[in-house]
Amino acid sequence: MSEEEIILPSIASGVKSLTVNDRPMHEFGYNPSLGPHSNEITESSLNILLNRKTISLTPTSTHSIYDRNILGTKKHELSISSLSFLFGEVVSWSHRSSKGIQDLENRLNGLGYKIGQRTLELVKLRERFKNTKREIRLVEMLQFIHSTLWKALFGESANELERSQDINNEYMITDNCPLMAKFINIPKDYGNLNCSALTAGIIEGALDSAGFYAHVSAHSVPTDYMPQRTVFLIKVEEEVLIREDLRGGPMN
Amino acid sequence: MSRSGEEVWKNSTEKINSELFTLTYGSVVAQLCSDYNNNYNLVNKQLDSMGYNIGIRLIEEFLAKTGAARCHTMKETAEIILKVGFKMFLNITPQVDNWSLDNRQFSLILNENPLADFVELPSDAKDLWYSQILCGVLRGALHMVQLDVSVWFVKDVLKGDDITELKLKLNKILKDEVPAGED
Repeated sequence: MSEEEIILPSIASGVKSLTVNDRPMHEFGYNPSLGPHSNEITESSLNILLNRKTISLTPTSTHSIYDRNILGTKKHELSISSLSFLFGEVVSWSHRSSKGIQDLENRLNGLGYKIGQRTLELVKLRERFKNTKREIRLVEMLQFIHSTLWKALFGESANELERSQDINNEYMITDNCPLMAKFINIPKDYGNLNCSALTAGIIEGALDSAGFYAHVSAHSVPTDYMPQRTVFLIKVEEEVLIREDLRGGPMN
Repeated sequence: MSRSGEEVWKNSTEKINSELFTLTYGSVVAQLCSDYNNNYNLVNKQLDSMGYNIGIRLIEEFLAKTGAARCHTMKETAEIILKVGFKMFLNITPQVDNWSLDNRQFSLILNENPLADFVELPSDAKDLWYSQILCGVLRGALHMVQLDVSVWFVKDVLKGDDITELKLKLNKILKDEVPAGED
């Protein structure tokens, strides 16, 4: 060993630099200059071991959500009946506590909104940013919702995605057989109530979280063969369109 | 002819991804908590009564799909609930344990709980039994087959317990009568 002091640039001046002959401050721990000898338990080190006061930081439950693999490839499945029973009860509970059809739809929309926010995050994470990008264009975002997000939630993509030719901020997603409302039958006197308002809320929640502020509503547009056919009308906020223009005008 | 839970699940159940169910339930509980200003006892009660309403409808599908015969003892009932009921609706099979001496009370132990998949309870929600709706469902469904039972949670992993455990206790066997719906 040279007698020169070793310069340790990462240590602030004033702090004593360590040499190999230094002993641990607490007489405890491995000292390379002594070798295995230094790990012997002496009276003082035993004291430290026995008398230390600690707060346990070991997780007490291994069932915490953070311990589970969120990217899990094995999906848990359950019966569509469970979801339908739950949804039916949710609708009748919302109905009891609402003042009218509009209020009921708003409540359902609000419930869906929370689902949408979380689903967007989950689906994106699962996708592991597969295409190594985020959607920054409105049309791409809508395509993502129409296919990927829809598939994650309902098992298949929605049927159509269209842009209104007359009104430039209106887009439409059509589902011929919406899963959530499959077993819901609307009484005649409830006119234009559509329980897919919850799904509309999901779309709205996802779009808002992604920065594409919009208002989404559900409308029944039945055909002879598809009595449940529902169109989700997406009205995009003005500011989103302005941003689209800055990014090079509307796509397609 | 009664069918096993596995059979019903495999052959006559339309399946969906459980996450939509989990998130929907979560959204409902969150809404209830804000509706009742975080009065968790009221939330539990409301979840229980929603479950009851589900239970009295759900038993019909259960009987239609399984063709289950009348059970003669609580042990049989427990077996059917666990291995057929839970399997065909939630695709899980809980364990049964802790039978009381008179065989009228037992514990259901849920190893997994699709209702609570993405859930972390805030620290002030100690009084909330998050999955209380299950109690209501069991109570409602059993009510329709003339069993008056009490069901309640005793442990929940969401509260830091090591397992999720429900207790089910038979109060009495009802005579044939139509129960009133609960709102």
